[in-house]
Amino acid sequence: MAKLTVEDLKKIKEKTIKQTSLRDGSAHIKITVHMGTCGIAAGAREVMSALMEEMAEADRQDIQVIASGCIGKCNTEPNVTIEQHGSEPIVYQHMDPDKIRRIFKQHVLRGEVQTDFVLAKM
Amino acid sequence: MRELSLHILDIAENGIVAGGNCIWIEVDEARKKDQFKIRVRDNGSGIPMEKLENIDNPFITSRATRSFGLGLSLLSAAAKRCDGALRIDTQSGKGTEVEAIFRYHHIDRAPLGDMAATITTLIIGNPEIDFIYSHRTDDKDFSLDTRQIRAEMEKLSRSDPGSLQRLSETIRSSLKTLTTNESMS
Repeated sequence: MAKLTVEDLKKIKEKTIKQTSLRDGSAHIKITVHMGTCGIAAGAREVMSALMEEMAEADRQDIQVIASGCIGKCNTEPNVTIEQHGSEPIVYQHMDPDKIRRIFKQHVLRGEVQTDFVLAKM
Repeated sequence: MRELSLHILDIAENGIVAGGNCIWIEVDEARKKDQFKIRVRDNGSGIPMEKLENIDNPFITSRATRSFGLGLSLLSAAAKRCDGALRIDTQSGKGTEVEAIFRYHHIDRAPLGDMAATITTLIIGNPEIDFIYSHRTDDKDFSLDTRQIRAEMEKLSRSDPGSLQRLSETIRSSLKTLTTNESMS
C-alpha cells in the first residue's frame, strides 16, 4: 500500500473545504439572476454568461450563482439580486454584460453597492 | 425572442419551476426535410388541463404559474408563423414534453443562436438539475449528458466557474463543427 504523505493530506484538506463549502450552502455571497420569460427576453442569458467569465477570473469558491424566476418587475429586467452574508439583499435592474461586470468587481468582490443601478433594497 | 435558443432556455426553466430534476433538450435541424424541430421534456408536475386548453392565450396565466403562460404562447406563435406547430404532451405528476416544429427555410424563422450559452446558463444556474442535450443536423450529431459529467469527471466541480467556461467553449466548438460540415454538404 502506498504511503500517505503530508502533501496528500494537504490536497485532501483543500478538496474537502471546497466541497463542503458548496454542499452545505455556506456560500458567502449569492448572486441570483432572474430568468423568467421576461428576463430571458431582456438579456438575462448574456448577463449570466458575463458573470460566468467574471467568476472564472475571480476563482472564488464562496460565491454562488443561481437562476430563479421572475420577481414581478418585468419592466426592469434583467434583474439580478445580490445577497451578501450580513447585509440586506440588493436588487439591480436593467442589467447588461458591462453593468454586471462592474457590479461583480465593485459590489461582489469589494462590497461597494453600485447605487446608480439599484432597483431596491429588500 | 430573437433566438430560438432563448425559447429553449425559457421552456427548460419552466420544467425546473414545475419541479423537474432532469431536463431533456433535443434540437433537430433537418435541412433536407426543410424542418427544424425543438423538443424539451421535463419530469416535473405537468400542466393542468384547463391551462393547456388556453396555451396560446398569453393572458390566461396566473401569477403563481406564470411560467406556463407567456413563454409557451410566444413559442407557439413563433412556430405557427413559420408554417409549423407546437405540440404539448403533459401528464400530471410525470412531466411535460414540448415540441415546436418550424419550416427550416421559412423567412420568419429566428436563428437558433447561441445554444452553448443556453446550456451553460442552465447548468450554472441550476446545479441540482441534470440536463441531457442532443443536437442533430442532417448527418451529424452532438450530445451532452450532465449525469455522465457528474459520474465520470470527478474533478469537475460543477460550481467551479472555470470548468463551466471550458465546458461552454467545448459545446460551442462542437456545434460549430456540426454547422460547418452541414453548409459544406
